[in-house]
Amino acid sequence: MENISFEDVFEGKLAKNEMIEPKDWMPENYRKHLIRQISQHAHSEIIGMLPEGNWITRAPSLRAKVVLLAKVQDEGGHGLYLYTAAETLGVSRDELLNNLHTGKAKYSSIFNYPTLTWADIGAVGWLVDGAAIMNQVMLQRSSYGPYSRAMVRICKEESFHQRQGYEIMTHLAFGTKDQKEMAQDALNRWWYPTMMMFGPPDSESPNSENAMKWRIKRETNDQLRQRFVDQTVKQVEYLGLIVPDENLKWNEAKNGYDFTEPNWVEFKNIISGNGPCNKERLAARNKAHDDGKWVREAAQAFAKKRSEIYAAA
Amino acid sequence: MSDNQGPVWEVFLQKKAGQPFVHCGSLHAFDKEMALENARDLYTRRGEGCSIWVVPSNAIVASSPEDFGPFFEPSNDKVYRHPTFYQIPDAIGHM
Repeated sequence: MENISFEDVFEGKLAKNEMIEPKDWMPENYRKHLIRQISQHAHSEIIGMLPEGNWITRAPSLRAKVVLLAKVQDEGGHGLYLYTAAETLGVSRDELLNNLHTGKAKYSSIFNYPTLTWADIGAVGWLVDGAAIMNQVMLQRSSYGPYSRAMVRICKEESFHQRQGYEIMTHLAFGTKDQKEMAQDALNRWWYPTMMMFGPPDSESPNSENAMKWRIKRETNDQLRQRFVDQTVKQVEYLGLIVPDENLKWNEAKNGYDFTEPNWVEFKNIISGNGPCNKERLAARNKAHDDGKWVREAAQAFAKKRSEIYAAA
Repeated sequence: MSDNQGPVWEVFLQKKAGQPFVHCGSLHAFDKEMALENARDLYTRRGEGCSIWVVPSNAIVASSPEDFGPFFEPSNDKVYRHPTFYQIPDAIGHM
């Protein structure tokens, strides 16, 4: 009988576009790469609640408030789907949270920018969630089953997020002069940070090669960034706003826009902890976790008491 | 480091009465009642289901991928379990 190694089976599945499931054999580096990527993704959802949470108590109407609450609740849910997907790879929830709280693990650079005005909530939903969706639509076909299934669920829910953001932008862009200026200001501040969300250029992306080889990712950072720009420009134009990039120009030959790359030095600074809000975000997350300690303890004590009552009955 | 999130539960949802329960994900909870409430909050925010099962993850017994071949092999050569194995006269039509 021919001797087929675990590695051959794994490679064979990838070649046939089949999914890898938790109990399947997988190379140690594939497992490590997934734990890093999925947990970073989960942390981003959780930290992502903070810039928007900032506006829940100051939303301009009851409608805006319930919408924002629902959106932030969804982000929390997305974090939980992703944590459980990561846990199927043999890492514990406590370990994952501990890595976030101690600053050992990273999350998306975008959440280290402040949300200064209500227009920022529009821009975050429209641009940041828009960029996230573009990435996540691709990840629905990721080679790891639990990650792919979490993505399918998340993508279904994200569409409302982007639409509500664009709705806020339309109200402002077609409102008073001041409102329109506020919308333009938010676009100016969020445009380049949003483009950074796809990660460094392919030529400088250390993890991209493996991610593509293992079909964890299906498209490169630069491909996704290009698609994001091509798709978003007409949405900006509809609002009567201006993309803050003098070099933005349609390029017939490549059937896409030429555009200015974001400032990659700024990007590196932010992911190494020196963005405008890094310290604030990490402190807020740690405080939320510490403040929730009594709830976890109470739930545990309550479960114990209830089990004793059942046992006695 | 102790896991202070509680054990893992698997969640199964029934979309509509009469349909099968389908696995939709997992979560942490300290007991079955809390698991059920957490499942409702986490997996049915948009009417995705009308009934939920939660099962302790460690209660699930699963076949292992390495045994895929030999484990399912006994049924692979039994073509006579399929309706197309049998010849029915044309005159009878659909059966």
